[in-house]
Amino acid sequence: MSDGLMQLLDPDAIVLGSDASTNEEIIRILAGRLETLGYVKSSYADAVVRRELTIPTGLPLERSDNVAVPHTDPEHVLKPGIAMGTLKQPVIFANMEDPDEMLPVGFVFLLAINDKDKQIEALQAVMATIQNPQALDDLRSARTLEDVRAVLG
Amino acid sequence: MSRQKTILFACGTGIATSTAVNVAVTEEMKKRGLTFNAQQAKATEVPGLADTVDFIVATTPISASVTKPVIKGLAFLTGIGKDKVLDEIEAQLRK
Repeated sequence: MSDGLMQLLDPDAIVLGSDASTNEEIIRILAGRLETLGYVKSSYADAVVRRELTIPTGLPLERSDNVAVPHTDPEHVLKPGIAMGTLKQPVIFANMEDPDEMLPVGFVFLLAINDKDKQIEALQAVMATIQNPQALDDLRSARTLEDVRAVLG
Repeated sequence: MSRQKTILFACGTGIATSTAVNVAVTEEMKKRGLTFNAQQAKATEVPGLADTVDFIVATTPISASVTKPVIKGLAFLTGIGKDKVLDEIEAQLRK
């Protein structure tokens, strides 16, 4: 179902069952992976953390473990990629549409996007996963890369 | 129907979630026999662009100074309440 997602989701940028306790912590863990792997500049992590404060990315899914899709401006991106983290305990992100509302988030898709026309498939694949409650349930219990591949195809 | 309408899709960066919403709305409106011109922008750019479009679909809050209709587009990311928002967009396009 999600060919596009595994295309951009780097296996080395997947963190399962993270102990992170704040949104900044999980963003920095995932951004660190993307930086080490050469997807983003060293300025990316700070830019995402800063942006999350003013333009948050939590998506309300009416679950106890919602999704967030932190990202920032293309100038911090070297090549397109996605990092994903699942959290042992949900961390708080503000709602994208209503920044005053706080959401418990269990899944973080950190997006490094720099060309909207070339990354539509990956974005659609992320959205398809977000909108599939079964996929999210399976991701939550995923412990290995193989488990993740089985969910995201 | 009269002239083709223009929708401005807005999000924080103007390239990530507004792209996903633009694609989803384009596909769904095609099914309803409707086409439109699409533009994308950062939420902060909307006040300067609003005069040139018919209405706005946004995933982030838009300045209250914008007088064109603003439709909330988060449903295309979450999947929740999507049909209702599609009906709103269709109604704006058929105006």
